[in-house]
Amino acid sequence: MPTPASLRLKNRMFYLLLAIAGLVLLAGMYAVHMMEEYGHIISGMNNQVVWGIPHVFALFLIVSASGVLNVASIGSVFGKAIYKARAPLASLLSIAMLAGGLAVLMLDLGRPDRIIVAATNFNLTSVFAWNVVLYSGMFSLVAIYLWTMMEQRMNPWSKKLGFLVFAWRFILTTGTGLIFAFLTARQAYGSALLPPMFIVLSFAWGLAVFHLVQSAIYSWNEKELDPEIQKRKRNLLGIFVITSMYMVAIYHMTNLYFAHQTAFEHFILRDGGIYPRLFWWGYIFLGNALPLALIYFPGLGNTKNVVQASALIVLGAFALLYVFIIGGQAFPLNIFPGYAVKSSFGDGQIANYSPSLYEFMLGFGGLSIAFIITTISVRVLNFMPQDKHYIAD
Amino acid sequence: MNDINTQRRNFLKTSVGAAAVAIAPGMLLFDMAHGKSEPVNGKVRWGMLIDAGQCKEGCNDCVTACNKENGLGSGTLTPTSAQWIRKIEIKDVSSGRELSLPMMCQHCESPPCVDVCPTGASFKRPDGIVLVDKHLCIGCRYCMMACPYKARSFVHEPLHDQNPDVPRGKGTVESCTLCVHRLDVGKQPACAEACPNKAILFGDLNDPNSEIAQKVHIVASVQVRADLQLNPSIRYMGL
Amino acid sequence: MKRFFALLLFILASTAWANVTNMPKPDIGKGGQCVRDTQWMRENHMHLLKHQRDETVHKGIRDDKISLKNCIECHASLKDNSVIARDDSFCVACHRYEAVKIDCFECHSGTRKSAWLLRNAK
Repeated sequence: MPTPASLRLKNRMFYLLLAIAGLVLLAGMYAVHMMEEYGHIISGMNNQVVWGIPHVFALFLIVSASGVLNVASIGSVFGKAIYKARAPLASLLSIAMLAGGLAVLMLDLGRPDRIIVAATNFNLTSVFAWNVVLYSGMFSLVAIYLWTMMEQRMNPWSKKLGFLVFAWRFILTTGTGLIFAFLTARQAYGSALLPPMFIVLSFAWGLAVFHLVQSAIYSWNEKELDPEIQKRKRNLLGIFVITSMYMVAIYHMTNLYFAHQTAFEHFILRDGGIYPRLFWWGYIFLGNALPLALIYFPGLGNTKNVVQASALIVLGAFALLYVFIIGGQAFPLNIFPGYAVKSSFGDGQIANYSPSLYEFMLGFGGLSIAFIITTISVRVLNFMPQDKHYIAD
Repeated sequence: MNDINTQRRNFLKTSVGAAAVAIAPGMLLFDMAHGKSEPVNGKVRWGMLIDAGQCKEGCNDCVTACNKENGLGSGTLTPTSAQWIRKIEIKDVSSGRELSLPMMCQHCESPPCVDVCPTGASFKRPDGIVLVDKHLCIGCRYCMMACPYKARSFVHEPLHDQNPDVPRGKGTVESCTLCVHRLDVGKQPACAEACPNKAILFGDLNDPNSEIAQKVHIVASVQVRADLQLNPSIRYMGL
Repeated sequence: MKRFFALLLFILASTAWANVTNMPKPDIGKGGQCVRDTQWMRENHMHLLKHQRDETVHKGIRDDKISLKNCIECHASLKDNSVIARDDSFCVACHRYEAVKIDCFECHSGTRKSAWLLRNAK
């Protein structure tokens, strides 16, 4: 039973957490101000690596925002009760992370003051233009979905909304993959495999984030998660991790097979310095192998292990995104196949990229936006999963 | 009319004429931009034929001319410097043959940069020139990711004292405009004019009587990354 | 009630007075008009610019009346050849007063082209 003393402590903790997140957010806003004043020259991005750390953060947030809704979908669409109880929390996380990710993306634009132009001029062949509609639609749909779940009179509608949200988020994550899939000339991208790969990655990353937030909420409220429920969700996490590793493996294997892609693959997997290191140690080992061990090894797999696994999966996500987004740009464009090239514009050379502090400030600012939205909402409204006594089905 | 009035008349005519002649140079101090009043149309397709055989290694005249014409600056190059045209030294890996050639926006017929631009800022003019409408550009750099030729540059810092003919600003993306501000008043692109070996031939690909159309008809020329089937307007011979 | 109306009247009168006494006095350079009359231009120049820029950029129409360079050629100050250099420059004077940020000169040169050419002789 919570004592008055522990409640007072919790109260102070809450404001302390908000204050820290607020400071991080302030740092992010300062970075934005500096970029507005001085331009992108203060970032590490240049004419060879045009998307950097902010995009790594933003893509993680956006992909996870879509994936975390899986928990809700399994509830509303597939009718599993324990997931249904978690749907409101998942929807909240989705909105929060989407807000954070989009904030980072929009503030990293060369002309963020021209958002209105982006919202009123649509080039119908551009994925980014579709995304303006898809992301804003996502916000509204998930908000309405939340409403149908939390407002008792609207409960009969939650299943229909759940379907709609499910379909919408599939299209949205496909769009995220298509951003890269449509880039015909880049060796790292231009593959039809990317949209499905992003969808599966979103499952793994979204569920990992959900686990982290859920266990934080449970321990804050001094409650225990029913081990049976924990086991179901842990197994699901394991399956998602295996499937996403499969997709990434297929992507690299097919690339390795093509003679004209081999140089690129050797760069990413073996010769590229930081990129192979991040890929093998960051993504494969920390992000996949260790979590799978923590989940499936006999004797492991308890709540603490699952939280550790989830945290590692998130770290692995950042590593993979760094390799994918930045490694893909660092490798030189193959403009003259069969020729070795040299120029003043970095042709034929591996591009150098050293992220500046401002980029990290912006990225963490986005994380803090998601954190603040989640923390305040969870405090103000009832997002605690209401589990009935679990009956195996 | 009597003599005196005729004389007065003549005097007035002469002095007004003299005054007009005196004032006219002053009027010309304000030099008006004269340009076309009709929109461009698709009958014309501007293109270039670049003779890599005539391109000398180490010569940068086209690059210097472009930088001067468009106000791109002439200091040391950094990874954030805008380069609308660059010299590339290529070496055939199997045969060892070496060449140099200038590379700029290839002004494709099916430009990937136009497909991906969210606001439609990256667009193709009816006469084939691919441009960035800086009024619409939000600086997302997606077109830079999409371009197979790495033709585009992003402006990383605030700019000052731009060339009035070539507006460019921080936070927007830019690339070779085929000197559209010169074309529209009947001149040639700066790089074509500057090349000492006349390696860059510029003209209307659609006009069967133009020098470029006739030469392209006879001489073997290729498009870079022709496998992507973007049909660029820039063709290279001697590759 | 009476006090409310008195306060309202005071506010209206003082803002009206402030508007009248602080009217911006832009340096009109060579001045003159070639597009429309001054009051019409004051009200509509932004719409005109927004339409004409598309005509030029997308269609290549560059005649005298439509060109921003031409506007600047006449309206730039005769002292420093700019429409934006000083607080009473042609564009800045009114825009400053109305607190409307001018976006044009992030990219466009605010300098009279003939003067710019002299400074950056080819």
